Amino acid sequence: MLPWGERWGEVRKLLERPGPFTHPDFEPSPDTLKMLQENMKVLVIGAGGLGCELLKDLALMGFTKLHVIDMDTIDLSNLNRQFLFRKKDIGESKAKVAAEFVNHRVKGCHVTYYYNKIQDFGEDFYRSFHLVVCGLDSIVARRWINGMLLSLLCYEDGMLEQNSVIPLVDGGTEGFKGNARVVLPGLTACIECTLDLFPPQVNFPLCTIAHTPRLPEHCIEYVRILLWPKENPFSSETAIDGDDPQHINWIFEKAQKRAAEYGISGVTYRLTQGVVKRIIPAVASTNAVIAAACATEAFKLATSACTPMNNYFVFNDTDGIYTYTYEQEKKEDCVACSQVPQELEMKLSDKLQDVITTLAESLQYQMKKPGLTAMIAGKTKSLYLHSPASIEEKLRPNLKKTIEELGLQDGMELAVADVTSPNTVLFRIKIKT
Amino acid sequence: MKNQKKDGTDAPKQGTQKRASAAQLRITKDINELTLPKTCDTEFPDPDDLLTFKLIICPDEGFYRGGRFVFSFKVGPNYPHEPPKVKCETMVYHPNIDLEGNVCLNILREDWKPVLTINSIVYGLQYLFLEPNPEDPLNKEAAEVLQNNRRLFEQNVVKTMKGGYIGNVYFDRCLK
Ligand SMILES: [Zn+2]
Repeated sequence: MLPWGERWGEVRKLLERPGPFTHPDFEPSPDTLKMLQENMKVLVIGAGGLGCELLKDLALMGFTKLHVIDMDTIDLSNLNRQFLFRKKDIGESKAKVAAEFVNHRVKGCHVTYYYNKIQDFGEDFYRSFHLVVCGLDSIVARRWINGMLLSLLCYEDGMLEQNSVIPLVDGGTEGFKGNARVVLPGLTACIECTLDLFPPQVNFPLCTIAHTPRLPEHCIEYVRILLWPKENPFSSETAIDGDDPQHINWIFEKAQKRAAEYGISGVTYRLTQGVVKRIIPAVASTNAVIAAACATEAFKLATSACTPMNNYFVFNDTDGIYTYTYEQEKKEDCVACSQVPQELEMKLSDKLQDVITTLAESLQYQMKKPGLTAMIAGKTKSLYLHSPASIEEKLRPNLKKTIEELGLQDGMELAVADVTSPNTVLFRIKIKT
Repeated sequence: MKNQKKDGTDAPKQGTQKRASAAQLRITKDINELTLPKTCDTEFPDPDDLLTFKLIICPDEGFYRGGRFVFSFKVGPNYPHEPPKVKCETMVYHPNIDLEGNVCLNILREDWKPVLTINSIVYGLQYLFLEPNPEDPLNKEAAEVLQNNRRLFEQNVVKTMKGGYIGNVYFDRCLK
């Protein structure tokens, strides 16, 4: 091993010398490494297959202010690829064990961990990072962090303030396939722009599951969807917990019985767990490649030592090695990133009806039947909807209430749905005095 | 990026968001533009929660004329990437709805696409009452009767809607 003094020699070569691929803003300087080590605050979401790789890669690149969130605990089946975990760690928080491992192993690195859901934290928390790197297997979580980073964007006279952009580097793997991407919220294609790229959830026709099963999966789905709610094997209203071996065992045994009735083979405990938890097989080498690509992008974004990739990288080593990088285009009518919340002026004494009249009559909007909801203290509140009749009746009294009575305040966002636009449109309330 | 200072505290505050989620924005539009056929009505137990509601169908023609059928809708955080979960809360003698309330409608599962809306599902469910489909059965017995003896099927439907037994299964009265 190199003496500690020369620890960052290879990183220095990238940061202290000019080169043909550097970003136009880049100036070779010893300060850049210092900045990387002392200032750059990076959030890693997920401490699983990708997350372990990401933390290790980022720590060995010189990042020292790393933060990691993961709500999961360590399971025996993780140990073959989530290499920061040992047998003694089973049952412990992934974020905690991963952070402690890296802190112990990489001198000078300080990983802060959160054994939490990403939804537990708010804007102030996320705004405090320079970069977010995701290694997740959940589409819901990706959509959530994407929405959060978009909601942090600030606009001055309709122009995006560059320093409110927190880049999102996202990696995903599925067996021998993977992808890595860079999202500059508000500037380049976001997660929601490319939602079609995620494979749709496999849902077998219910009648096939019920009466004409042909695959082992059909038998497992039969037990999961139809038999479980009917027989309630673990007291009524107990939802299936994919991590509870008793639950999986019950489903496995029933599925095996059903498979035998129909002469179907292939129902195993592993497959049962896979179907119930919707597990996509993970391959350690794919995780390593994708995490390396993500960490490299994080390094480029942090230092400008190279122009970041533009903007979507696919990788496949099922049969030989195939990679391709291309530009995913920003969707013009993306529900999440296409809109800059417009300011909507109103007085605290205005009635909701006045606001709706403005939206309908002003030449700028010319809406037909605007439906309005607001976010108040993190919860959605329906202000007024035109249909259906049952909800319209309940909300109608709101029309006569004032902005103040409804609890609306300066800076809050209104979501307005109307037939005149393909998506719900966002407005930011500006209170006139 | 290098010039930015980000000295946030490490202790996170409880999360509050100022923006509605993409799923929420989408369902707001679906609901505000819902055009219900005259045989359908909705119930929102909490008008602030557009993700949980009931649909009531009272068919005015076909086998199920005069009945009243309640469906529960649960829209998840991955909407519209994933379809809502729909269950029939009324016990019904129907080839495509089982006695636990599971509904076999292609757009609720294998043929769901994000361009479809709540309205598409409402029309799909309404159609199930006009044209029960014995080809994709969930209640196999009902499907067989429909296929072999339409007259008997019709009698069974009327009997169950008034409240009565088919075999040893009792159906609660669900006439309007
Ligand atoms: Zn977008």
